[in-house]
Amino acid sequence: MSAIIETSGLSRLFKQNRAVDNLDLEIQPGELFGLVGPDGAGKTTTLRLLAGLLYVTEGSASVAGFDLRTQPESIKPQIGYMAQEFSLYAKLSVLENLRFFAELYNVSKTEQKERTERLLTFAGLTEFKERRAVHLSGGMQKKLALACTLIHQPPILLLDEPTTGVDPVSRREFWNILTELHLEGTTIIVSTPYMDEADRCSRVGLMYAGKLMVCDTPQNIRHQIEGELIEIFPDNWQAAHQIVSTIPGVLEVQTYGEALHLLVEDGENQLPKIETALKQEGIHINGARLAPKRMEEAFISLIRRIESEAEEIADE
Amino acid sequence: MMNNGKPAITVRELTKNFDSFTAVNAIDFDVYHGEIFGFLGPNGSGKTTTIRMMLGLVEPSSGTIDVLGTRVNQGVGDIRPRLGYMSQRFSLYNDLSVLQNLQFYGKAYGLNKEAMEQRIGEALEMSGLVGRENTQTKELSGGWRQRLALSAAILHRPEVLFLDEPTAGVDPVSRRAFWDLLYKFVAEGITVFVTTHYMDEAEHCHRLAFIQRGMIIAYGSPEQIKHEKMQGQVLEISPSDSIKSIKVLREAQQEDRLQVEEIELYGSLVHIIAVDLEEKKLLVKEILGQADIDIEQMTIIEPSLEDVFIASMRD
Repeated sequence: MSAIIETSGLSRLFKQNRAVDNLDLEIQPGELFGLVGPDGAGKTTTLRLLAGLLYVTEGSASVAGFDLRTQPESIKPQIGYMAQEFSLYAKLSVLENLRFFAELYNVSKTEQKERTERLLTFAGLTEFKERRAVHLSGGMQKKLALACTLIHQPPILLLDEPTTGVDPVSRREFWNILTELHLEGTTIIVSTPYMDEADRCSRVGLMYAGKLMVCDTPQNIRHQIEGELIEIFPDNWQAAHQIVSTIPGVLEVQTYGEALHLLVEDGENQLPKIETALKQEGIHINGARLAPKRMEEAFISLIRRIESEAEEIADE
Repeated sequence: MMNNGKPAITVRELTKNFDSFTAVNAIDFDVYHGEIFGFLGPNGSGKTTTIRMMLGLVEPSSGTIDVLGTRVNQGVGDIRPRLGYMSQRFSLYNDLSVLQNLQFYGKAYGLNKEAMEQRIGEALEMSGLVGRENTQTKELSGGWRQRLALSAAILHRPEVLFLDEPTAGVDPVSRRAFWDLLYKFVAEGITVFVTTHYMDEAEHCHRLAFIQRGMIIAYGSPEQIKHEKMQGQVLEISPSDSIKSIKVLREAQQEDRLQVEEIELYGSLVHIIAVDLEEKKLLVKEILGQADIDIEQMTIIEPSLEDVFIASMRD
């Protein structure tokens, strides 16, 4: 299968700042690809470049077989792009918003009727179709925005943090819709600050300072992190943090509020040793367990590794 | 540091009507001294109205709110200096530098010169912004801005801190740093009332309330709520072909051959939510086997607070 999106040395500079730096990316048709990274890593710029909304400074890219630099107009019908601040028309109803985007993309009148009905059902908005967009909840607005993005039936979707600020119920509903699209074969690239969403993707790219640092399946990324995860809830996490950091076999310590997340060699054997060490220092433990590694721990561990390598280079 | 059993905030029978619409419907809860209390609910469930009433900005239709022993139904009055507030869109001044923003808040809270210098020093240290005092605020990334905003909100050393979705849209590393900071305050005795959409953050609150359609539907520690509210379990399957697995499992569900609550795709894993999963494991194996799908791994995992939240919102 040949890639539906392919970039080679793709870069975008804003003045001296390389917002996207030498990006090589290959997305296969039907992938649900997650883009993660700290604020300012270049996720939004990447999506806007692929959507043809920004000029390419260096490198090349093809989207759905068209050259991003020379054929951007041919790419537009192939993609649906939902910006973070995607704007609906507040005073128009749900249905009117959908019709507006249908007109914009030259969807014929006969097709419009069929598609709007299908999308309203799909997004669970049928009973709200006469409601003005401004009176929808945040979660419903996002679903309407997605429906508008889908009106011209693009084979590729580019979604920039579509669930930020959305409550968990709406977020899950939104992801169920994405899963449906994924099952139908739509190619999706979605950026997100939620690591559980990254876990739901078929592949994940981690960006840092404009570069793609890691790109793999969620399982393989989790396996890149050495050790097993132990969660401990001590009564004095600050003191506990210092003690566990010195125990041999403890590879990494992450704090989360009052909880400590440790990456250790041989968790099964290590857990009782750690509990004993803490108790000897007079620290009470409210709970300790081996837990599966999640994308969240992997992300934090990878970012730390990248940052310390960056510092070493800067020191030399 | 745990609570000492004395409520810093007591809310009783609190109700707010807007015309014929009841935004908040006779809710009761306590927030204890020195705890982090999470207030969770879908968009439009009454969270923001409740916070505004607690801050004395909106007058309740009925019921009472006591904060630090003072009735605040008609405004917080004298206790205002003892409260701190940081909203989702915190009002830092983008064109001012880091230092100027802190000085602005220091003056607004009426700190004297000596206290101002000392507290600003501490705030810079705490938020990790030492050396960046003269950076314009708009040049800071989202995570740094949140930490600066938090430091500004506690510049006057409030006893109770209200945070309304303080980490929306902030990356995971910055969110961790923000919560580490919050726990430092709590260790110093500050009481925190926080709303969030991140269920992993809720998992780290001492106690929680779930609000839906203006009513509290769950209340207690994360562990308590999990035990009381979660009926089903989660079965995690790692199949050879996850997309095909979802299709055949959902088909079986529609034809009533497989009775489960939900079948969801998690990357290349499949999650099934149901009661009596242990009994259903065999059936799942059989259905996948008939479709020539191999199972690499199949385990019952603990439901997350998010699973619980979603399950209780559906009841």
